[in-house]
Amino acid sequence: MIFHVDSASWIIAPVILPLIAGLLCFLFNRKIFIIALAAALANFLVVCFLIWQLLNFGPMRSYIGGWQPPLGITLRTDGPALLMLLMTAITGLGVTLYARGYFSHRISDPVRAFRHQRQQRYFWPLWMLLLTGLNGLFLSGDIFNLYVTLELIGISAASLAALSGKPASQRASFRYLLISLLGSLTYLLGIVFLYRTCGVLDLTLLRNLAGNESGMGAALALLSVGLLLKTALVPLHFWLPPAHANALAPVSVILSALVVKASFYLLFRFWFELFAPIVTMPALNFMGTLGAIAILWGAIQAMRQHRLKLMVAYSTVSQLGYLFVAFPLSRITEGAEVWSIVIFMALTHACAKSAMFMAAGSVYLHLGHDRIKDLGGVRASLPVTVFAYGIAGVSLMGLPPSGAFIAKWMLLSSSFASSQWWWVLVIMTGSLLAMIYVFRVMSQFFVIPEGDVLDTPEPLSPLLEWPALILALISLFLGLFAPWPLHILSQGSTGLALIFPGALP
Amino acid sequence: MITTLLYSLTGLILFGMGFFTLIIHSHPLRKILAVNVMGTGVFLILVATAYIPLGQGEIDPVPHAMVLTGIVVSVSVTALALILACRVQETSNITLLKGTKQSEDIKETGA
Repeated sequence: MIFHVDSASWIIAPVILPLIAGLLCFLFNRKIFIIALAAALANFLVVCFLIWQLLNFGPMRSYIGGWQPPLGITLRTDGPALLMLLMTAITGLGVTLYARGYFSHRISDPVRAFRHQRQQRYFWPLWMLLLTGLNGLFLSGDIFNLYVTLELIGISAASLAALSGKPASQRASFRYLLISLLGSLTYLLGIVFLYRTCGVLDLTLLRNLAGNESGMGAALALLSVGLLLKTALVPLHFWLPPAHANALAPVSVILSALVVKASFYLLFRFWFELFAPIVTMPALNFMGTLGAIAILWGAIQAMRQHRLKLMVAYSTVSQLGYLFVAFPLSRITEGAEVWSIVIFMALTHACAKSAMFMAAGSVYLHLGHDRIKDLGGVRASLPVTVFAYGIAGVSLMGLPPSGAFIAKWMLLSSSFASSQWWWVLVIMTGSLLAMIYVFRVMSQFFVIPEGDVLDTPEPLSPLLEWPALILALISLFLGLFAPWPLHILSQGSTGLALIFPGALP
Repeated sequence: MITTLLYSLTGLILFGMGFFTLIIHSHPLRKILAVNVMGTGVFLILVATAYIPLGQGEIDPVPHAMVLTGIVVSVSVTALALILACRVQETSNITLLKGTKQSEDIKETGA
């Protein structure tokens, strides 16, 4: 049989499962949630199985339909890809449960209740398709297939962002769609340059062929600009806050925690594996500088916001900056260390940011608004949500034992080691600013409103509160379990040995 | 070789023109068309690329497969973008097809 435990055919499962679930969601009218939950659970189990497989049998490689590259499409597993898959699976499970709570929240207003029903009808299939795209992107080993998964992600993410039906969210999602299209077309042009230079599309073959040809620089520039647009690095971040803040709460979680990570992951792999021979120090410094600006600018904007969801969205802009600050520090650290900085940062941010957006969404459902200055009294009525928000905030600031603390620690020590002290200033200031914007909201939660106590029509369902808390706790205690991700990471990422042979100080 | 170069340059120019329109004009329909022009530019370069590796009379089929996939993607994205543009029009009194002057307010509204 094909499906032995050590068979590479299992790689296809994380792509196929959500795809089938998404299509089934379109077919059925009722009980769609069951299908989505089953798919999310199965996806999680399969990812765990793939990790077990990686640890026991090493990295796998599956040729779809038996077609070998250069013509066929490859799917492959290795440490970084599986960690990103695990991040998606855990956050995805949380989002699925949270969305169930969100959509089954009873609303007295009949118009809004009807809209809720319709939104739910479209949310589940789109979310499953988005999950397909994400899993496909992390596993794919073919540069054109990556373009297809990027488009799949872009289309379903823009549709999800438009679901809330408010004019502001529709304008934001229209712009989001155009930006994502612009990004993928630029990426496609980059592929054309790459194909012209090397004549193959398979990543492994490309890595062997890629040298210092003139086409490679143009390809790298185009691919990077396209992916940076989608990752929303300052100054290309302008589309992110309106799109993320105006979406429905579960959608904000998905967009902020997972979608931006996907394009970043690709960018990172390109810079440190495929294009490593032609990446120069000024280019790395440039990315680091943009990241530093993003940290500060995003944090300052986050402090200035009057709405909770916009604040959380700007915090995403700021947190994404840390991922890029790791770029210029890569030359002095060993390749594996850059990977661990980035992976820890991404994992923590995915869990913490989804917890934060879930908390913000619950507060919005509870109060009917998310104006920061009127948040008083929430602590008494939603203790679990406020606790989740606080824990997530602590992880975002990078206090121990969160995963972000380990990442920032490694960032700091490598910038000291390479005497690039200016990154230290940026990282410290960024953490301080994060503390300010997190606590500004936190202190409002504890304000006891004067006069009448809020009359609360409905207590929130536990599904709206507990997934947030669990994800926040995962992000907080990630630092304690640091050896596990590092162990997975070190498995068979063949590219790591190739990073910067003979690195210069 | 010259023909290939000519096609590729035309594709690049189309890409640039589409990009320019996308940035400059605020009208939703123009933006959608601009993105389509950009896409066509990329496809043209891809089609031209098909001649290069094998030379004389032979054609590399891989870029053609890529163009076909790209066209499918582009059609579906255009459909989605048109629907979204219609929704934007319904909710914010912007005329989709008349002159561009009325559509100035589509710019940044944020939240």
